[in-house]
Amino acid sequence: MNAAAIYAVEGVLLVSITSDITDSDIIELQEHLSNRIAESETRGVVVDISALEIVDTFVGRILAQLTAIARLLDAETYVVGMRPAVAMTLVELGMYLPDNHTALTLDHALEKIRSARSANGISRRA
Amino acid sequence: MTEKVLETTLEVLKEDAEGLLMEWIDQADEDGAKRSDLFSEREERDQAASMLRAFRLGVRDTSREGDFDLRDEHWADLRGILSEITHERVERGVLPGEMAALVLALKTPLFGRLTDKLVGQPDRLIEEVLIVSKAIDAFALYTNEVFIAEREQIIERQRDEMLELSTPVVELWDKVLTLPLIGTLDSMRAQEVMESLLQAIVERQAEVVIVDITGVKTVDTQVAQHLLRTAAAVRLMGARCIISGISPKIAQTMVELGVDVGEVRTRSSIKNALTDALTSVGVAIRPIERNQRSGA
Amino acid sequence: MAFPGGRKIATIELRTDRDVSRARSRVSDIMKSKGSRDLMITRFVTAVSEIARNAIIHGQGGRMSVFELPDARLIGVECVDEGQGIDDIELALGDGYSTRKNSLGRGLGGAKRLAKTFTITSAPGKGTVVRMIGMCTTR
Repeated sequence: MNAAAIYAVEGVLLVSITSDITDSDIIELQEHLSNRIAESETRGVVVDISALEIVDTFVGRILAQLTAIARLLDAETYVVGMRPAVAMTLVELGMYLPDNHTALTLDHALEKIRSARSANGISRRA
Repeated sequence: MTEKVLETTLEVLKEDAEGLLMEWIDQADEDGAKRSDLFSEREERDQAASMLRAFRLGVRDTSREGDFDLRDEHWADLRGILSEITHERVERGVLPGEMAALVLALKTPLFGRLTDKLVGQPDRLIEEVLIVSKAIDAFALYTNEVFIAEREQIIERQRDEMLELSTPVVELWDKVLTLPLIGTLDSMRAQEVMESLLQAIVERQAEVVIVDITGVKTVDTQVAQHLLRTAAAVRLMGARCIISGISPKIAQTMVELGVDVGEVRTRSSIKNALTDALTSVGVAIRPIERNQRSGA
Repeated sequence: MAFPGGRKIATIELRTDRDVSRARSRVSDIMKSKGSRDLMITRFVTAVSEIARNAIIHGQGGRMSVFELPDARLIGVECVDEGQGIDDIELALGDGYSTRKNSLGRGLGGAKRLAKTFTITSAPGKGTVVRMIGMCTTR
């Protein structure tokens, strides 16, 4: 699968999606990512969508599902890098992604995950 | 009848162009149509002279055709000059009535000369006066149309400028932006506001934005929806949105309308919103000792 | 003629989900070449994505054509499929409707909301034709 890549950074799974991702790629990603979360016992997932020019209802729905699945596996999901035009279009479509955490960039997301961890008194090996 | 229509008018325009011009300007002055405060003597004169010249050329060609119609080809020059001069006068702030009065002032000196020339020929006098009168009226009306068109363009341009001016996104502190909304918030403006706000979030890497609605006149269901959508889009981008300036009256209206602000944070004053925003980026405002104050 | 005075400038066969992605980038490139702003591109390409996917999932594939229109500020897209058609269009356009479970069914309704104009003609057994016009530039 080249349309999306999963990296482990600081105990967080980083997912980067490329602009030409197809519906089947993203379904595959969902499955793959679920397995990785369970295996690595990660607490945070960051999905970088800065390469996406559009997020339609299908992709929006998968993002919501990823979040729900990750939460069941005890990990929080951050969507980062959403473009202004994408945010406006999603709002117009009525897709507010209420369960996703969001952050401007990967760095912001990592910082938020770190501070959430220390607030919970959890410390992990990076 | 061997004489051509407007023949005498043409004669007058040819023989005594200079005198006519002087008298026209004097008449305009008398009618309050001259704006010495906006134009120099020279400019007024040049403008009037070019109108008169184009008028003469038009009259020359009309006399062959017979009836008068401003849309005719031979009036194209005069139409051009009228719009040019009207344009210039609008730019400097001349009123539409004054521009029309300036054109109409030409009647007095022109009719005076026609009366002198056509002594003893009342039929021809009436005929010439009727047509010239119709022509000059049409010119005056035309300047008015140009005026309106110009005004509309100006209004449109100013509206565009206003839209830009009225969505100033201000950086209050590192990572903290504010957008003070003023006036009314219709769909089109809401769209612009949202766009420039989201763009600013990316450019300044902002984490919190305060949308202040103290200056928004009325908040109805639609405006409330626009605000909530803006807040939702801000959240999707990864920043937090605080809506401040919710007056007791607006709070009442929103409750009456059944607007659910959900998880959007609201604050009554921009002061409270700012404190809140700064706290979330790790900054605090603290009073300082009296002796440390400068300029007090 | 799908659009009066329109000129067809591209055709994309829609068979697999790879083609949905292809349709998106094709329309996006065309709009970019016409000087569209990001927001306009994202809005319209999102709508394009919805109808292209709809044609593949519910219409067993089809064809999308892109049109230049006499009003240069606009762009037209027509999507024709040979599927079973839609029984109740009103229902299909409503938010939340879908004939498939596990699909939010916001697709067509969303496309309608994002396009400047949106028309759909369909009858059971006759396939579906969707036509949309989008804004390319404002002036």
